Amino acid sequence: MTSYLPPAQRIWWNVPVGRQEIVWITIALIWCLILFFMMPYWHVYGKQNLSTEAYKTTPAQYGPKVQAMIDKYTVRTETEQQIPVVAPPAGSDIYMLARLWQWWPILELEKGKTYRLHLSSMDWQHGFSVQPVNINMQVVPGYEMVLNITPDVAGEYGVVCNEYCGIGHHTMLGRIYVKE
Amino acid sequence: MSNFRLCPDTGLFFDKNAESLMKVHAVAAVVSLLVAGLLALGVALTRWPAVHLLPADQFYMFLTAHGIDALLFWIIFFEIAILYFAGSTLLRVRLAAPKWAWLGFALMLIGAVTTNVAIFQGNSSVMMTSYVPMQAAPHFYLGLILFAVGALIGCFVFFGTLVIAKTENTYEGSVPLVTFGAITAAIIAVFTIASGAIILVPTFLWSIGYISHIDPEMYRIIWWAMGHSSQQINVAAHVSVWYLVAGLTLGARPMSEKVSRFAFLLYIFFLQLASAHHILVDPGVSAEWKIFNTSYAMYLAVLASMIHGLTVPGAMEVAQREKGYTHGLFEWLRKAPWGNPAFSSTFISLVIFGFIGGITGVVMGTEQINLIIHNTIYVPAHFHATVAVGTTLTFMGLAFFLIPVLFRRQMILPTLAKWQPFLFGGSMTVLILFMMGAGTLGVSRRHWDMDFAGAALSFEYSGMAYTLMGIAGIGAVVAVISGGAFLLITVGSLLFGKKLEPSAGILQSFLGVPLSADTYNAKPEILPMAAPVEEHGSAGFEAPGTFVLAMVLLVSFIVYYFINWKYLASVWPLS
Ligand code: HEM
Ligand SMILES: [Cu+2]
Ligand SMILES: [Cu+2]
Repeated sequence: MTSYLPPAQRIWWNVPVGRQEIVWITIALIWCLILFFMMPYWHVYGKQNLSTEAYKTTPAQYGPKVQAMIDKYTVRTETEQQIPVVAPPAGSDIYMLARLWQWWPILELEKGKTYRLHLSSMDWQHGFSVQPVNINMQVVPGYEMVLNITPDVAGEYGVVCNEYCGIGHHTMLGRIYVKE
Repeated sequence: MSNFRLCPDTGLFFDKNAESLMKVHAVAAVVSLLVAGLLALGVALTRWPAVHLLPADQFYMFLTAHGIDALLFWIIFFEIAILYFAGSTLLRVRLAAPKWAWLGFALMLIGAVTTNVAIFQGNSSVMMTSYVPMQAAPHFYLGLILFAVGALIGCFVFFGTLVIAKTENTYEGSVPLVTFGAITAAIIAVFTIASGAIILVPTFLWSIGYISHIDPEMYRIIWWAMGHSSQQINVAAHVSVWYLVAGLTLGARPMSEKVSRFAFLLYIFFLQLASAHHILVDPGVSAEWKIFNTSYAMYLAVLASMIHGLTVPGAMEVAQREKGYTHGLFEWLRKAPWGNPAFSSTFISLVIFGFIGGITGVVMGTEQINLIIHNTIYVPAHFHATVAVGTTLTFMGLAFFLIPVLFRRQMILPTLAKWQPFLFGGSMTVLILFMMGAGTLGVSRRHWDMDFAGAALSFEYSGMAYTLMGIAGIGAVVAVISGGAFLLITVGSLLFGKKLEPSAGILQSFLGVPLSADTYNAKPEILPMAAPVEEHGSAGFEAPGTFVLAMVLLVSFIVYYFINWKYLASVWPLS
């Protein structure tokens, strides 16, 4: 009479299933299908989807691209480290570089405009976590991910690193400005 | 001369070799949990912003060891004991190849010690995921490989035991449901360990310089084929224990053998897809691949868990109703043996696993929603609901049950034991809910300082985030204390509990030395099939209370799921 004895019927797979289980399995299956179809649905009707655009890269290729943007569009520097604040034109390719333990450079974007944001790491894995909007991406060395972002609320955002990257991980903090 | 001992309290037959091996695996598991718990205290007190106990290097060292000792060593040592129990003890058969089983245990033990040594030497603070190209000392990986090989041997000893039971006809009909679930777990384990070998062996070779480069994205995908599949092992194992405890404490039988076994099979069919939900915000993975895999082909593994979520408490309810607790919807539940820690831990674990672990898992594994949760402290909140309450609390309850039955010692501090599952389950739930809240506010996991001391720039989390982390810290401290109560009771009972069998000494308990020869005098008869039951008209609902609970779960699930879509809709548009 228990779960740890062999089934009471030798041919247990022919024993009919009770109504209660059938009803629950049906409901659960419908819910599972809804869970499934929500994802393609959001690709069509939702506004927050990740592009799958990505390229293999190396630090030697990625670094100069970031530098080129910095050389062209730096508007000022901040802090003693002279971190460049870069304000590229709306719609352009913008770059954020992750390295131990820095997000480089600071980006200054216009509210409501779309940019092609490139992300890659020069060394270990990092986590691109924009706060407080709470957008989180994995940054993997050797790969350059391209995302189309449209910051739609003005403000000052922190870029936290939320993939553990060694002893200085907690000091890896960047910034994005979104201007009206 | 026989090799079996009959447990006078339960009627279970213990094979001498299986008994010794179960004991040493259980002891090694409990020691791992002890270490993991002490480390958890350090970790949690550091994440409590007002306390911020440890310096950064120790925090990351402790966190690496906490993850590995809890998730791998505690759980897997205990699971091998469960496999031997579900094979040898439940089927009344001798254990296959005991020498191999001991070799497996030795490898697991050496592996566990080696990896711990590597971590505490200080230059392997790479987290349990050890994402390349961050590199640990070679013996960090080597220990994990040895541990995995040992566990693999344990799985094959279990399979061999099943073969012996079949050929020697030690049972009638088909294997019991609990054994069936354990078989599921072991099959998944073989797949998991194979994936582990594919990724850890090259990583080890890389750490000693034989391989120059490991692609970090490929590492993530294959590592998680191991890392997540191993969670399927845990689910299959603890669900089996739920059925076992339902049978042991209430005499419950499965509502339908077919349904429950089918649900276990679903775990096997879809497990190889599991790594995807760790890769949802990674570069260059196609949306189709993510959707198909993260949902395990349309959420069929979720379906399996939802089925068990009905059939486990349903089986309990049916058994209770047959005892006469038929009043209203919930008399069966009120009159359940809440004073028996094996029962209460199972039930609490079932509820928290389903309501929190299951729902959060599906939500954050949704392709797009993941981007507002990935790597926040919401993630550890989720898996403490699944492994720290789901698996760990279930195993704790089984451990209480095993003290008299397997170790032949009377449990000390029975009143504390009665409260322990409530304390642990309750405080863990506090920890979990408040970490979930903080994660929703963006607080990062694996992060030493939410003030970012020493950073060139600054960012301030909301005051609420600090409050939530503080309350989580309080929950954590109580959880560690109640975990300590578990250790006190189990280890204390093995040391000081009244001997229920004169030869049950300390060596017998801790080193697996057999009891005196004359206790092994039983000749098990062939394990009979369960007694047939009259059908009470299966047209009606046999377990209406459970059905109501299941609907509450479903409604919570739906509401919480769509709240998260709404939250997602509020962040910056991305494409
Ligand atoms: C005794 C009570 C426990 C407490 C207070 C506790 C606390 C914590 C905390 C606060 C973290 C996250 C820290 C961070 O990401 O910054 C953590 C991580 C973790 N815990 Fe626990 N935990 C406990 C028990 C357990 C148990 C029983 C298990 C598994 C069976 C477990 C498995 C893990 C794992 C796998 C991690 C992730 C480590 C990583 O990120 O690499 N914990 N724990
Ligand atoms: Cu970083
Ligand atoms: Cu980091």
